[in-house]
Amino acid sequence: MTGSPETAAPREPAMRRPELPDWASGRLRSAGIVIPFVVLFIVLTISSSSFATKVNLLNILDQNAATLIIAAAGTLVLVAGGIDLSVGAVYALAGVVSAELAQHMAPAPAILIGVLVGFVVGIANGIVATYFRISALIATLAMSFVIAGIGSLITHGNLVVLFTHPGFGNLTHTEFLTVKTSIWIMLAAILVLGLFLARTTVGRYMYAAGGNAEAARLAGVNVNRVRVVSFMLSGAAAALAGVIDASRVLSAQAGNGESLTFTVLAGIVVGGTSILGGEGAVWRTVVGVLFIALIGNGYDLLGLNPLYEQITLGVIMLLAVGIDAWARQRST
Amino acid sequence: MAGVDPNTHVELEGVSKRFGGVLALNGISLKIERGSIHALVGENGAGKSTLGKIVSGALQPDDGRLLVRGEPVTFRSPREALASGIAAIAQELSIVPQLSVAENVFLGAEPRRAGWVTRRALRKRYDDLAASAGFALPAERSAGRLRTAEQQQVEILRALSRDTDLIVMDEPSAALGGPDVERLHEIIRSLARSGKTILLVTHFLREVLQLADRVTILRDGQLVRTTAASQETEDSLIQGMLGRPLGAAFPARPQVAAEAPVALSVRDVHAPGVLGVSFDLRAGEILGVAGLIGAGRTELARAIFGADPRTAGTVELADAGELGGGPGASLRRGLAMLPESRKEQGLVFGRSVIENVSLSSLRGVSRGGVVNRRAERAAAGRVLEGWALKGDTDAPVASLSGGNQQKVLFARMLMCSPSVLIADEPTRGVDVGAKRAIYDLLVSLAGRGVGVLLISSEIEELLGLAHRVLVMRAGRVVTELGQEEMSESAILAAAFAEREVAA
Repeated sequence: MTGSPETAAPREPAMRRPELPDWASGRLRSAGIVIPFVVLFIVLTISSSSFATKVNLLNILDQNAATLIIAAAGTLVLVAGGIDLSVGAVYALAGVVSAELAQHMAPAPAILIGVLVGFVVGIANGIVATYFRISALIATLAMSFVIAGIGSLITHGNLVVLFTHPGFGNLTHTEFLTVKTSIWIMLAAILVLGLFLARTTVGRYMYAAGGNAEAARLAGVNVNRVRVVSFMLSGAAAALAGVIDASRVLSAQAGNGESLTFTVLAGIVVGGTSILGGEGAVWRTVVGVLFIALIGNGYDLLGLNPLYEQITLGVIMLLAVGIDAWARQRST
Repeated sequence: MAGVDPNTHVELEGVSKRFGGVLALNGISLKIERGSIHALVGENGAGKSTLGKIVSGALQPDDGRLLVRGEPVTFRSPREALASGIAAIAQELSIVPQLSVAENVFLGAEPRRAGWVTRRALRKRYDDLAASAGFALPAERSAGRLRTAEQQQVEILRALSRDTDLIVMDEPSAALGGPDVERLHEIIRSLARSGKTILLVTHFLREVLQLADRVTILRDGQLVRTTAASQETEDSLIQGMLGRPLGAAFPARPQVAAEAPVALSVRDVHAPGVLGVSFDLRAGEILGVAGLIGAGRTELARAIFGADPRTAGTVELADAGELGGGPGASLRRGLAMLPESRKEQGLVFGRSVIENVSLSSLRGVSRGGVVNRRAERAAAGRVLEGWALKGDTDAPVASLSGGNQQKVLFARMLMCSPSVLIADEPTRGVDVGAKRAIYDLLVSLAGRGVGVLLISSEIEELLGLAHRVLVMRAGRVVTELGQEEMSESAILAAAFAEREVAA
């Protein structure tokens, strides 16, 4: 009838179970992409003698300079709680605009105007996605059609060729300390964007805006303005990337960036930046993009059937997002 | 092994539940008798809602067992509990406003033939159910047009329609006005008479004494005692919940100097849910705001702070003149607000303690837009000092207990050094120890001349802390009570004044 002694008196505080504290699983996640990256790097070094050579590694960086720049800025957009699906179109438009202009003027202003175009599109994206309260997904998707259309109008659907204006190529083909300027520009852009996100007040506000927009607003953060800044940087970065690639190959075409948007998103997500906002870092994105690049490089060097490359990439993305969702569920 | 006691409907044996670092329930053992009204009382955060959710399958215990009719059960979801005849009516009602009353009642269990809902069968079953329940609502009315009390009745009917014999009700009367509470009590009594068991989670002690057969008191996740309700009084319940008499729970209030200047002046403020509120808050004063849920207290706080736009009226700070613009502008000029929900509106859960503390005053520790992390850490450390905050300040806020999270939010306010602080439910979901720390802080802020506007649903809190209390109802301040006139009954009478007006 009467309960056991335990039921009458409160028990000793229950023992702590030896499990990872929630924040520790978060830190594990934040380092997550580094381990597979290092493993892949070692495997490729062992299995292919031409992998760990200066030529091959610099080639990878040169080929992925555009993707890395866009993805670095895209990280800011995702952290701040947005998404930018127009980067591919902006990349193409900026390439086309600067290439067209370079046929009639000096390379420097052509380059600057190209980048400026992306800047303006980015601000427009940001305003539509915040003050007009249209979801960033839809706003930037719609914008990407508009921009792609404008690109086609400018080129009349033709390839813009610049072989007669090699000066435009100097932007990326000049060598400095035996490394191409395309790579130097990319490194500078990543460094600036990474420090901006990690160290400035606006960078902090981006984490707050994406992590909990209402809390950020009540804490005095101008969430809309912060998000507009992220879109602005994304637009400018996409344009810079477009100009860099136009200079690298001395040509530009309106349909150039069609698959780029998704390559960029894949890199960001594989790096471990959450598409739900509030978490992520530029360095992680760099590792994510390079991880994907290494997979492609590995398929080439090892002569594997390239048909499997995309399947591998898709599975890796699902794993990355799945781990993120799992870790989030645990920490709430 | 003793035989199964036929009178025991549900039994808990050593049930424990942990959320992150907080032990919400610690080894609770309890018997709920068939056909009884069993009340769970305790302060916010004592674990009473958690216990209700474990019985109704919304949460799973980490430890211990649950027995229904003597059989051990493991509910992985409310649906599984429903299959054992246990239903829950939560604080947030879950009706589909576009559907009719009858459709809502049978939602998900519609009588159907080959996939088509047969409206006539639905109607017949609804009428049968209403007849057996002893109360009825117009079957065809769309549920969205019902009053809260009626929507709650829809949920009760829904529970009954699934052949439930135990209903867990979490704060069923919290959102109701006077006559509706009486009606609800009648319904609960008649359900018990017809053999249904009711587990009533509530913080209205009078309701417990009027309604319940037995009452279980919880404190800090521990079971204090289970007794017949007839043996308890309001005082004995409070003492059991607090572990000490009420008086000792609060620090002494400093006197407000007679010549203390007005710190915040609110004039005829209108906003959605607020219909013309005016008051003055003096420096060093703690002004309480009481009222039922939906009376407009939070709406008023948000309108003053600028979180929601004001449609009319002015807010003036003694130090900074008339306020306009959003939260950022208010904070810069010395008005801070601790929001109602720290999870939704307060903290950025994934970020560190330090970052959450400095968020509102980041510019003060930055140069040229770059955060000086050493200065940030030092400044945040200064406001966190004396809080006895356990844990790593670089760890995400999500890893802290509710009380510590609230301290982080307070630290953010302090770092802005406000002249006026609006605290909206500052102790919601906070354990007893942290509560006292928050009370001490509010009183010490007032002692330093900060004007504090304290919104609370816990009347004891207002009685224990405020110099004056404004009682709100339907968007207006209906009564102002000085320290001598304040009492639970005076506040409740004003909050429920509708009843007197109607009579």
